[in-house]
Amino acid sequence: MIRVQRESFDVGREIAALTAGNTRIGGVASFVGLVRDLGGLSAMTLEHYPGMTERQLERIDAEAHRRWPLEASLIVHRYGRLELGEPIVLTITASAHRQAAFDSCNFLMDWLKTEAPFWKREEGADGARWVAARGDDDAARDRWRETG
Amino acid sequence: MKILYFAWLRDKAGMSERQVSPPPGIATVGALMDWLAAQDERQAAVFADRSVVRFAVNQDFAETDTPVAPGDEVAFFPPVTGG
Repeated sequence: MIRVQRESFDVGREIAALTAGNTRIGGVASFVGLVRDLGGLSAMTLEHYPGMTERQLERIDAEAHRRWPLEASLIVHRYGRLELGEPIVLTITASAHRQAAFDSCNFLMDWLKTEAPFWKREEGADGARWVAARGDDDAARDRWRETG
Repeated sequence: MKILYFAWLRDKAGMSERQVSPPPGIATVGALMDWLAAQDERQAAVFADRSVVRFAVNQDFAETDTPVAPGDEVAFFPPVTGG
């Protein structure tokens, strides 16, 4: 499942809702990305491409299910203005065993970093600026490239 | 054809969306960028450094040789920075 929303989320509630009633699940992995202070940052605004964002997140989610034996998964990505310390993104994966949950959760984040159309604009003391893309995000995605 | 700009490409373009009717010879994203850049100074600024321009046709990531046709939605944006 995927959701794109302005409002915040409660990780505990999301995990409880995702796993409720499924006793085949033996392990749940989750990741939460937060707005961090890079020095002088006061807030950021996340812009996205409505429509394409949902399509891309659905694809990334489906790809994780294709690669790992997942019982359930969730991607929540926020947009709009976010203050320091606020959560930006949540990924949850649930499987019979922990390794699939850990690996697929990592995969979801690596892929959405480079495949989901979001753009961050940081606000600081000296005005606002668009965040530049990072080459190591591409490298992180590429390590999941399937061979053969 | 609907053209969309996001993030700082929108700032450069001075608009987020426009409807265009390129001539029939404009059949790929690459040709469309050439044509848009020739329309006015702001569009020229958007496409001045294409190494930082990414694009999507009908909400799928595209390449410069991806076909475009009347009625398509073509979006231009910088490399993504979500997550």
